[in-house]
Amino acid sequence: MLAYMARRLAVSIPTLLLISMMVFSLQLLLPGDPALAIAGEERSPEVLAAIREMYHLNDPVPVQYWHWLTGVLSGDMGQSIRSRMPVTELIMTKLPVTLQLATMAMIIALAIGIPAGIVSAVRKGTAWDVGANVVALSGISIPNFWLGIMLIMLVSVQWGLLPASGYASPLEDLSRNLQTMIMPAFVLGTGIAAIMMRHTRSAMLSSLRADYVRTARAKGLSERVVVLRHALRNALIPVVTLGTLQLGELLSGAVLTEQIFTIPGFGKLVVDAVFNRDYAVVQGVVLFTGTAFILMNLLADMLYFLLNPRLRA
Amino acid sequence: MTMGNALATASPNRPVPSRSRSRVWRKLRSNPAALAGGIIVLLFIAMAIAAPLIAPYDPNVSSWLTIRKPPTAAHWMGTDDVGRDVLSRLMVGSRASLSAGIVSVAIALLIGVPFGVISGYYGGWMDAVISRVTEAVLACPFLILAIALAAFLGPSLTNAMIAIGISAAPIFARLARGQVLSVKTEDYVQGARAVGCSNLRIILRYILPNIFPPLLVQSTLTVATAIIAEASLSFLGLGQQPPDPSWGSMLNTAKNFITQAPWMAIWPGIAIFVVVFGFNILGDGLRDALDPRDSR
Repeated sequence: MLAYMARRLAVSIPTLLLISMMVFSLQLLLPGDPALAIAGEERSPEVLAAIREMYHLNDPVPVQYWHWLTGVLSGDMGQSIRSRMPVTELIMTKLPVTLQLATMAMIIALAIGIPAGIVSAVRKGTAWDVGANVVALSGISIPNFWLGIMLIMLVSVQWGLLPASGYASPLEDLSRNLQTMIMPAFVLGTGIAAIMMRHTRSAMLSSLRADYVRTARAKGLSERVVVLRHALRNALIPVVTLGTLQLGELLSGAVLTEQIFTIPGFGKLVVDAVFNRDYAVVQGVVLFTGTAFILMNLLADMLYFLLNPRLRA
Repeated sequence: MTMGNALATASPNRPVPSRSRSRVWRKLRSNPAALAGGIIVLLFIAMAIAAPLIAPYDPNVSSWLTIRKPPTAAHWMGTDDVGRDVLSRLMVGSRASLSAGIVSVAIALLIGVPFGVISGYYGGWMDAVISRVTEAVLACPFLILAIALAAFLGPSLTNAMIAIGISAAPIFARLARGQVLSVKTEDYVQGARAVGCSNLRIILRYILPNIFPPLLVQSTLTVATAIIAEASLSFLGLGQQPPDPSWGSMLNTAKNFITQAPWMAIWPGIAIFVVVFGFNILGDGLRDALDPRDSR
């Protein structure tokens, strides 16, 4: 197991290096002098000279990259031009909010997606299956920011059931926090639920055709036991690992969801950074999400290894 | 693989037999969902092409007399915050949204497929480098990468299309690589090599036509994703710029008037949902029709 993980980690290193190159190259896309873009309104020669010195803009590109990379490796992803705070600190401040949103969304996605996938597979070809598939496809096709607007219109404006915005930290006011987070989590979770439903359905269908399920039925076990204990347990292995890979979807969705519900998380950070031309923050967020995705990939592999007895053997 | 076996005995100049094409068409026609998807997509494309002719009003002309009017006989979908007709903006906005979907996928195909084909066909160090780069781009969440690219390139519809196209390219590179790996061992490719065909000819004549079906399915599904991505970027202000309409930018304005003018948000969202749903069911239907394992 350890040797396998070490090998997987070693393979990830070149990918992480390439992500860092890609993120660094983003600033090469800036039209004109990057110092002018970074400086924003303050364009005095002294400020520009200081920026060029700070970001090593007078050096050749590979040297600039080297300075940037060594900084990143020591935890320094630069400084936000807007807030004057280190990018790493900014990300770490906003991350818990997005992690809470993503966790709640994932719980909702699993609670809807897995049972729907099971019912759809067990009742393949029936109205249940068709209905679940249409709902899943709709879940994938609805833009989550629009769903958010519609829910605010109905749940907050028309019915007055939940607040449309006004985030509170769970450490300060848990009840208020849950009230403000449940609707965004639902919005974010529906798209993932649709994906999970389709994965579960497909894994269950192949599991239900397997020999061990036929054997279980031949032994006279009830259909409930066959489905839940034999088919589902095996079908969940790929579903769990695929679930961990939904991190990218969750983070992409969080950008828009946080914007709609004005949640001060990671997604709002990147959008605000884009509009403030706070390029170091944008780069930091892309680098962080790419690295997190690679680590989640490793975790998915590890989970697959742990859950699959054939691999362990 | 049925296609490979058929080609082994067929003329080497006809890699995709017409019998197979008619079978695919028959299966597609017998799938009501795919057919509905195709009709939805065609209707939206027709609307986008004819938009300037069929739109009842100029989509960019505002009027202080018709600010935020609910749907009426004169304005079927109501008017927006500066008195512009929502239906007209929806119709003309379909051009930005659909062209963004199609152009982004074309960009993704133009970047992804050549790299994927080179990677799968030649293997070795080229495969290793291209695969690692593909993995690196795929590791960054699609929308976050598109936002970052659009931010650095500058906000405009063209840059949004480029950003979405670049972000989606690795999907096609990976798919093309996988398909080439399975196709290049087929008898007809070996045969072409044995009779002295150049690598370029083998790729263009024998490999590309045979990896086309899965690429077509993926393209259809990615158009759906790209339409949502463009709407998301425009919603954030990084796509189509005012006063020109796109469904995402219409929603961006509408979110500020949820209580006063809900119709401003309802219609563009429904349009995105219906067209994306159409592309998704068409893509699913195409996948089923092109699946050689299912020979019904």
